[in-house]
Amino acid sequence: MSSKSVMALLGSAILAFYSSMAFSSKYFHPEPQSVIAQETYDQHITALWICLAIFIVVFGAMFYSILKHRKSVGHKAANFHHSTVVEIIWTAIPLLILIAMAFPATRTVVAMKDTSQPDITIKATGYQWMWGYDYLQGEGEGISFFSKLSTPVAQLEGKETKGENYLLEVDNNVVVPVGKKIRVITTANDVLHAWWVPAFGVKQDAIPGFIRDLWFTANKPGIFRGQCVELCGKDHGYMPIVVEVMEADKYAQWVAEKKKASAAVMNTAAVGN
Amino acid sequence: MAVVQDVHGHHDHHPSGIMRWVMTTNHKDIGTMYLWFSFAMFMVGGFLAMGIRAELFMPGIQILEPQLFNSFTTLHGLIMVFGAIMPAFVGLANWQVPLMVGAPDMAFARMNNWSFWLLPVAGLLLISSFFVPGGAAAGGWTFYPPLSAQGGLGVDMMIFAIHILGASSIMGSINIITTILNMRAPGMTLMKMPLFVWTWLITAYLLVLVMPVLAGCVTMLLTDRHFGTTFFNAAGGGDPVLFQHIFWFFGHPEVYIMILPAFGIVSEIIPTFSRKPLFGYSSMVYATASIAILSCVVWAHHMFTVGMPAVGQLFFMYATMLIAVPTGVKVFNWTATMWRGSMTFETPMLFSIGFVFLFVIGGFSGVVCAIVPIDIQVQDTYYVIAHFHYVLVSGALFSIFGAVYYWLPKWTGHMYDTKLANLHFWLSMIFFNVAFFVQHFLGLAGMPRRIPDYSLQFADFNMISSIGAFGFGLTQLLFLYVVIKCIRGGEKAADKPWEGATTLEWTLPSPAPYHSFETPPVIK
Repeated sequence: MSSKSVMALLGSAILAFYSSMAFSSKYFHPEPQSVIAQETYDQHITALWICLAIFIVVFGAMFYSILKHRKSVGHKAANFHHSTVVEIIWTAIPLLILIAMAFPATRTVVAMKDTSQPDITIKATGYQWMWGYDYLQGEGEGISFFSKLSTPVAQLEGKETKGENYLLEVDNNVVVPVGKKIRVITTANDVLHAWWVPAFGVKQDAIPGFIRDLWFTANKPGIFRGQCVELCGKDHGYMPIVVEVMEADKYAQWVAEKKKASAAVMNTAAVGN
Repeated sequence: MAVVQDVHGHHDHHPSGIMRWVMTTNHKDIGTMYLWFSFAMFMVGGFLAMGIRAELFMPGIQILEPQLFNSFTTLHGLIMVFGAIMPAFVGLANWQVPLMVGAPDMAFARMNNWSFWLLPVAGLLLISSFFVPGGAAAGGWTFYPPLSAQGGLGVDMMIFAIHILGASSIMGSINIITTILNMRAPGMTLMKMPLFVWTWLITAYLLVLVMPVLAGCVTMLLTDRHFGTTFFNAAGGGDPVLFQHIFWFFGHPEVYIMILPAFGIVSEIIPTFSRKPLFGYSSMVYATASIAILSCVVWAHHMFTVGMPAVGQLFFMYATMLIAVPTGVKVFNWTATMWRGSMTFETPMLFSIGFVFLFVIGGFSGVVCAIVPIDIQVQDTYYVIAHFHYVLVSGALFSIFGAVYYWLPKWTGHMYDTKLANLHFWLSMIFFNVAFFVQHFLGLAGMPRRIPDYSLQFADFNMISSIGAFGFGLTQLLFLYVVIKCIRGGEKAADKPWEGATTLEWTLPSPAPYHSFETPPVIK
């Protein structure tokens, strides 16, 4: 075997190795936790299969040709240079495939945009460099807090061992009940930010001076992590988003505690006056 | 004899030393300067990339503080796009368009000199902005406000550099359009032009269309920063999203400005080494034109997360997906050109096949990104980084390498060291994939782009990616060595070193004389 084919084989082996490693491990979509995330995931898998099929057909033909139609094996060049029929066929088939891919995506887009009649509305405000949350409507209305990175600086500088949730942990989690439609309104105080929780399939830019929104309904309790994904300056990498999904009763308990705490703060303030 | 000598001397008369290059109006000299400038910027941009990958080699902050890291990513993007890839294509056009259409030179020879000499000024502005108070621009190569309103002098230097680069590009494009439309050899109708010339004609029109838009965009940013306007500031009735619309109205055609000439190059090289005419010449031309037109109506697919109405998202999704059709036609045509040919695999052919192979992977991830729900998931993550490096590095850059290896014998009169050149290809191919293939998975798993530090789950793939990037960077020094060795000497190249080549430049001696086609050739 020539050195070229050895290298080509090596290259494809590496590619195959990566891909298999990635698909079976943490290097793929996080497990979908909402209807939208599930639809997104399914459409991506379908798209990958279609790509793979086209890839095999096109490069199967090309590599067969590279192997057989080479001068070194004495292949004489043919002289054809166009065929209207073939060209119409390979314009039409991709068009049909694309229409098939666009159809389910269209339904999901329309569903994603339907933020009407939420059970709970939370405003997320991007600051350089943290998030502020205000519960505007529904159970928990009136709760308001900031949410900052809680990873110690010593871990960033390598003076301490990095924890399991390095850079993905905050002091105050956003808490929501399971199975309820949550509408998140995004805006920003200074520059653009973006609110992203991959497991829910939601991502929305937060724009200073404007209001945008998104919605999700979490399928089951748990803690789901995301990050700011719009470059917002020096500490852009340090403003994670942590959403804690709770059962309804636990959520009610959390709301009560938060209310009590803020009432206590108010009383202290009143006494102080 | 004396008379002949005299005529010859007159023909080659030009100042020697540095003044030859400063004063030159010769398309070959200017093309050479464009290519060297582009390579120098490629090294600077590459140095910045090495810095980025070194910082990301493992979690934690090791080498670059976050702010400097942001400057590195910003300047890496700007320098590679405006300093490396675009000037390289303009350099190739300068050398090859007159040779391929049988013209003696470019239409506006003096303007050609001016449009080149603007570039080093802009390049210096960008590089020196690292050393001014506040440092270089750090708002990303897309410099979205309000963040870009926050930076210091570095941002203003960037804006000025972009103005200069834009002026240079517009002049260069007008020159190319005029040359192609007016100076073709008798008998060369538009539909007989080599594909490289066709793709550059269409590219040049795109440049003339969108560069003024970018100039307007950065000017509005400048007046927002210094003169109290509020185009992009909600507090004064403006809108930060307006900037993104204007920027991407330039930015998306810009993507095709960097890939259409690559299509042209590959469409020259593949038929040559398949010893068979290009399959579907006219459909290639129409496909290029359709891509160019469609590229002007898809810009907001870069903005699916800004919160457009569903109708807007759907329109831009459909339009974007439609681009896959003409692009697919091109790939099928290249495959059909190779089919039943009599192929040999010299370095330019290797780079062209590598181009088609990896560009298609970039095209697939492009279609995936066009689907709104999936794009919302991968937007601003490493998936997008992987996608556009597949189309810009293994796409545009590989085609430039292919073009250099294809035409170098014509330019220098020497054959290069093919063993080393092939090694350059294989090392580039392997390291490129090691560096960028894993980034798809980093993005899918949730790693945002433009962050100097990341959570531990991303550590191993980042390390693999960095190793690939270092290898890819070092490999490019080999390219420099091969080119210099070829310029300094080597086996004498024949006038037509490639058996299957058919275009006009191969009818000239190698190296191509300083002035060529003073009497136009006649095309039958």
